[in-house]
Amino acid sequence: MAVVPSSEARTGLKLISPTAIYVILLLAVPLGTVLIYSVMTGGRGNVSLPVTLTNYAELLHKSVYGYVMLKSLLVALAVTFITVMLAYPVAYFVSFHVKPDRKSLWLFLITIPFWTSYIIRVSLWFVILGYDGVLDRTLMSLGIIDTQLNFASYGIPAIIFVLAHAYAPFAVLPIFVSLEKVDRSLLEAGQDLGESRWLTFLRVTLPLSMPGVIAAALIVFIPTVGDYVTPKLVGDGKQPLIANFIETQLLKLQNFPQGSAFAVTSMLMVAIVSIAFVLWNRRFIGGQK
Amino acid sequence: MKAPWLRAFTIFYLLFLYSPIILLPIFAFNASKVVAFPLTGFTLDWFKEMFADQNLRIAAKNSLIIALSVSTISTILGIFAARASVRYRFPGKAPIMGMIMLPLVLPDMIVAMALLVVLLSLGITLSLFTVIMGQVLLCMPFAVAILTSAFQSLDRSLEEAAMDLGETPMSTFRLIVLPLVMPGILASFLICFTISFDEFIVSNFLGSGQPILSVYIFGQFRFPAKVPSMLALGTVLVTFSIVLLGFAEYMRRRGIAKAGGKDSGGFL
Repeated sequence: MAVVPSSEARTGLKLISPTAIYVILLLAVPLGTVLIYSVMTGGRGNVSLPVTLTNYAELLHKSVYGYVMLKSLLVALAVTFITVMLAYPVAYFVSFHVKPDRKSLWLFLITIPFWTSYIIRVSLWFVILGYDGVLDRTLMSLGIIDTQLNFASYGIPAIIFVLAHAYAPFAVLPIFVSLEKVDRSLLEAGQDLGESRWLTFLRVTLPLSMPGVIAAALIVFIPTVGDYVTPKLVGDGKQPLIANFIETQLLKLQNFPQGSAFAVTSMLMVAIVSIAFVLWNRRFIGGQK
Repeated sequence: MKAPWLRAFTIFYLLFLYSPIILLPIFAFNASKVVAFPLTGFTLDWFKEMFADQNLRIAAKNSLIIALSVSTISTILGIFAARASVRYRFPGKAPIMGMIMLPLVLPDMIVAMALLVVLLSLGITLSLFTVIMGQVLLCMPFAVAILTSAFQSLDRSLEEAAMDLGETPMSTFRLIVLPLVMPGILASFLICFTISFDEFIVSNFLGSGQPILSVYIFGQFRFPAKVPSMLALGTVLVTFSIVLLGFAEYMRRRGIAKAGGKDSGGFL
């Protein structure tokens, strides 16, 4: 298309160019590099031709790699499920049972913990749940238990618990927004036509709020798949997830192609799950008249 | 108010959210090296120990330098992007805006590692500067989101009126647009500052051993003897965050009130 850009288009492009150049150089180029590296042959600290798919084949053949990928995926899905299930009643309460002028205060209270340092929150769980931590010592001094529970060493359950806490506030907001949009007269109509409150909820409120639920699930799922800190601190560091593996390959072993293949695969994983969620969402949007 | 059990559940949920944070001040003032109930007495020793820590001071100074640079750069680049996307139509707008917002839907680890691979391949030495470069990518989506809503609530006829009265586009921007979006700019600056100050992944991987607050905290929590003074530090940081956020929320509401809009909820 040889259309001469209008003056509006030129001003707009000129205006956005500093930001655009920044993200192209520091985000698009690096992501492209990772993509290219992932199909190159790698030695320690260098990459070379020929182009190969060995790095991806390794992911399939080495059972350790496949296990870590699957484990990260399942942990992230479990965290997403728990977070959304806990957040829904909270969002429902704030949307339906709190006076309009108090809603923002409740939301502010729910979001504050998210804005306090993630590192401090996760480290605190380590202090609380760890060997001889607050929980162990307190329970032992009360005489409830005799030996340390050392919950932090329980591995995967401890990781899921801490992640579910870390990303909890993320889930409430999108669900709240979609519940706010539910037309209250529909609920009255449902009850006037003889549905019970519970059935009205199942057949009207829940389907109408599904877009928010799916948005919440995505917002939680994406960062949890790539979480690095929690598996390192809780779970005794013996349950590395995908981010820890990428670190090992790229930094410790300096195997750029293999590390890149890991990174690309995890991006694909995020993309596939996201697309699945978005398609699922479409079903509910389509149902709205 | 109906639904007593929903209310009870929400209160439990809030307790769960706040439970580790509530422990911060409790144990920061507790006179025991061992972090456990029952409490043994009041002390300020941990705060003294914290202020005496030389490495902590360097880390805090580095974090301040990074956070101030990141919030300034992100907000300025955010103003360009938000203004362009709200006010003008131009080719390639969707992909450019998509690329700017992309870090929201990518795990931070991927953004950091991709950048790291390029920096290492080019032989660039890691420093505070590379940390700033990486963190700007993570903060910009938040800056653009806040600034876009600020520019959207702007009444365009005010600009036209100023131009009709003989102002140049530059002076109109300075005299009319900038003051009206100022609360948004401040909110963006504060949010980016908070995100950068707490950020760990980029600081850890693009910083190459430079002491930075979040990385330093992460390291210190492993030593039981260091935990109480870290709790004191945590207390200071959390108080600081809440004050900053309260201020950002106040500015945001004032901005909405100024533009004559109606409050539609929190930050996100």
